[in-house]
Amino acid sequence: MPNRLIVFLKVLVHIACLAPVMWLAWKFWQASTTVPDALGADPIAAVTFFTGKGTLRLLVTSLAITPVRRLIPKLSWLIRFRRMLGLYAFFYACLHLLTYVWLYSNFSLSAMINDITRRRFITAGLTAWMLLVPLVLTSTTWSIRKLGGKRWQALHRLAYVSAIAGVVHYWWGVKSGVRTPLTITLVLGVLLLARPVLTYLFKTTRSRQVKAQPAQL
Amino acid sequence: GTKLDTVKSPLSTTGEDLTPYQYITNYNNFYEFGVEKGDPAKNAGRMQTRPWTVTVEGLVKKPKTFDIDTLLKLRPQEERVYRLRCVEAWSMVIPWVGYSLSEFIKECEPLGNAKFVQFLTLADRKQMPGLSQSSINWPYSEGLRMDEAMNPLTLLCFGLYGETLPNQDGAPVRIVVPWKYGFKSAKSIVKVRFVEKQPHTAWNDQASNEYGFYSNVNPNVDHPRWSQKYERRIGEPVFKQRRATLMFNGYGDQVASLYNGMDLRKYY
Repeated sequence: MPNRLIVFLKVLVHIACLAPVMWLAWKFWQASTTVPDALGADPIAAVTFFTGKGTLRLLVTSLAITPVRRLIPKLSWLIRFRRMLGLYAFFYACLHLLTYVWLYSNFSLSAMINDITRRRFITAGLTAWMLLVPLVLTSTTWSIRKLGGKRWQALHRLAYVSAIAGVVHYWWGVKSGVRTPLTITLVLGVLLLARPVLTYLFKTTRSRQVKAQPAQL
Repeated sequence: GTKLDTVKSPLSTTGEDLTPYQYITNYNNFYEFGVEKGDPAKNAGRMQTRPWTVTVEGLVKKPKTFDIDTLLKLRPQEERVYRLRCVEAWSMVIPWVGYSLSEFIKECEPLGNAKFVQFLTLADRKQMPGLSQSSINWPYSEGLRMDEAMNPLTLLCFGLYGETLPNQDGAPVRIVVPWKYGFKSAKSIVKVRFVEKQPHTAWNDQASNEYGFYSNVNPNVDHPRWSQKYERRIGEPVFKQRRATLMFNGYGDQVASLYNGMDLRKYY
């Protein structure tokens, strides 16, 4: 993959991640001034779902890169997009958190403490956000060198834990009987299983090749 | 909808701006037509509301079936503006059309041992694509204690904004109980049953810790997943939406006495 193409694709990813936020900001501005229905009947709920679903989609996309690379070695260059997607996932997560702090809680600290201690879906969501913080702080190349590849990788497995907490937060947040979080849950499940399954498959194909020789003799 | 001739009612709420028609008819919880707020407006069109009958059974002098056109003409149609507070912490102000449920109950001639009244919604897979989308115990069932049902505020509702109800709002006939969370007000009713014991209700079956039988609007009792202290008034600009939720949705003068001596934390 030539470098210039990578740069071009990166610009596209930036646009794909930022354009929805700009659209949302514009619609939100309208909804707070002249066009109350710019984001539908319940703009605060709309912003919440928009940023929340965006976070999970970006997080899951970033987690898809490693399995895809292992399955299709030709796509190895995808690794150059992983950090970017992870950081955008955090950016969306911050907007989602801001929605809660500002639009739902009106910056009331007592209301938020009450929520965090008593409502498990809020606790799960906050956990998911907090788990991303160390990953963002160690997202620089300098950090990878400083920590060493193995330790850095171990730390960044937290991304999976964060995604799980995020999906749990989604299920606990919707009404019982509502199945909208199912798709993202299945995708995450497949990605979580993909790692051990791929490792196992690669091992067995290699050992089979070794065993195949005496059988042919 | 078809225009309805209405008279003003002294029980109408004053001093509130009405929520525009487009929101009342496009932002609905009516799970028989899907779980998303926009689904009912999209899918309810295929529901046939004529012919329509309401069957009355259980503890009554004798079971009866009312045709919808008979019900429409049973009493003068009144315009009643009520606040509607959804358990999800949003609210609207809606000019309903109907008459007090008590007028209908008198026609049903319930027996002395009838302590509760249960309402059942149509549940027809051919007309309601949402039935297979969620695990709710269909048909949708709701209920009121007899004295709640007889309170003059409780409305047997046929319309809004001076016209017959759009399907997504519960055509052709529904209940409106303005001091309770919205889900207590059963829509598209086909059966009314008078019973001695508290009837099972759909959302209570689904998650009893979240949706109690009484479900009176109460800012002091949190929903397990959010506070009920504030609500978002639909149709207002974002930063004007937030307002304090009132005890009994502001109808305490008329209904608080129904719950004298009851612990409303326990009977949420």
